[in-house]
Amino acid sequence: MTDIQSPLPGTFYHRPDPDQPPFKAKGDSVAEGDVIGLIEVMKTFIEVKAEAAGTFAGYEADDATPVTAGAVLAKLES
Amino acid sequence: MPVSRLLIANRGEIAMRIVRAAKSLGVHTIQAYSEADAEMLSVREADESICIGPAPAKDSYLNIDALLKAARETNADAVHPGYGFLSESPAFVRAVEDAGLTFVGPSADTIERMGDKVAARQAAEAAGVPVVPGSDGRVDGVDAALEVAETIGYPVMVKAAAGGGGRGIRVAQDSDELRKLAPQAAREAQAAFGDGGLYVERAILSPRHIEVQILGDGTRAVHCWERECSLQRRRQKVWEEAGASCLDQATRETLCQSAVALAKAVNYRGAGTLEYLYDDASGEFFFIEMNTRIQVEHPVTEMITGVDLVAEMIRVAGGEPLSMTQDDIARNGHAIEVRLNAEDPLMQFMPFPGKVDGLDWPEGDGIRVDHFLSDGYQIPPFYDSLIGKLIVHAPTRDEAIDKLAKALRSTRIGGVKTTIPLHLALARSPDVRAGRVHTQWLEPWLDAGNLTAEATGDPQ
Repeated sequence: MTDIQSPLPGTFYHRPDPDQPPFKAKGDSVAEGDVIGLIEVMKTFIEVKAEAAGTFAGYEADDATPVTAGAVLAKLES
Repeated sequence: MPVSRLLIANRGEIAMRIVRAAKSLGVHTIQAYSEADAEMLSVREADESICIGPAPAKDSYLNIDALLKAARETNADAVHPGYGFLSESPAFVRAVEDAGLTFVGPSADTIERMGDKVAARQAAEAAGVPVVPGSDGRVDGVDAALEVAETIGYPVMVKAAAGGGGRGIRVAQDSDELRKLAPQAAREAQAAFGDGGLYVERAILSPRHIEVQILGDGTRAVHCWERECSLQRRRQKVWEEAGASCLDQATRETLCQSAVALAKAVNYRGAGTLEYLYDDASGEFFFIEMNTRIQVEHPVTEMITGVDLVAEMIRVAGGEPLSMTQDDIARNGHAIEVRLNAEDPLMQFMPFPGKVDGLDWPEGDGIRVDHFLSDGYQIPPFYDSLIGKLIVHAPTRDEAIDKLAKALRSTRIGGVKTTIPLHLALARSPDVRAGRVHTQWLEPWLDAGNLTAEATGDPQ
């Protein structure tokens, strides 16, 4: 299992838009550099990218919730 | 009824500013704050404070019910909205007034009217304020477009009358060019929207942003002269001045009088700003919109006039007439404000919600800092990146730029990346020094690589 951590403090989003599906679902294959979520920090949205390839094991942080820098957002099975 | 217990429905540096103004009037201050802002400086500085909800603004600073509940529980008799958040929400004003409280600002009807671009343009025209000349509605065919262009003057912009966005926009310098471009624009409009109708308006290619500060008590209105805010990135002002050095005295008087005419026409109450585009080439100014609240850059106006705009807002909201006449408001010297944002200007302005580790502010005559920081303060990531404003005042613009550069060099906000390097580089720019700037100047200047560690004069 690999952790995907938040690069910044802010609000974590699973979806590109509230009415769109999450970036990834459990079991999806993930390539290095795939966007798995967004962090809203000071009204700016930053993409959270996977730093390794693997299979998406699920989100650890809830959608639209505050997270700290370094918080585990999602897990990957390699 | 005079304001005696004021709820501050905002955060950050403007909350501190309101606390200070209210205290100077002997008004009891009550700071509303979100769970993320419990450590904020104005929570400590206000006479009392009350938590209004979780960190996300929609659950706190934008939550009308939570704010009204806080006002009831603290026995507030008035609400100051600051800027942003609910400051221009007619629904909020109505809710505040329905609860029997005073809203520090204009009426809901005025906010609604001036917040609607078309209604605001009509109000401006009716008051004799110049607006960007354009066709009254759609124009069909090249000949009709040429006729309109002849009356409004070149260069003109043609765009699709239907739909929005940048589709089909063309700029023609003269009638020959318009003759070529209008059919293309019409074809593109037809393809995109199924309607080849065009809209023609004067193209102001590199305008300056000039705005006029006004104050009204519902009957009388005065202006506190103009500001120039042409240095913008992503439509956000980064550096603001009072006055606008590009204006001659006659144009300045006409501009400021036009703002007063509109303020009087709508029986304006409180502080407001009329924004204009100014065309250097022709010396013409055009009203674009009105902001019905206090603005971030209000301190530069306070520095050159000595008027306390926020205190005056609170007084007139309490039913007092304006404490001054137009003749009382003199311009004195030149002031510059720079916005200190928690962003890394050398990394594409990436937000930097750090923890303040060591804080040194410049001091001296004609130096003012509006901020909400304290040593050890963790800047929350949930709101915008403005953490403070450095304002300088000097007899001339040249001296103000020198004073600004010196003040920036003696400012230290440890632990946080800020836009100080940007402002140091701007203060050294020959174009900024000569005032050769417009609203389209800063972004190309940044894209051209003018902002480097060396350009800030502070290689680290």
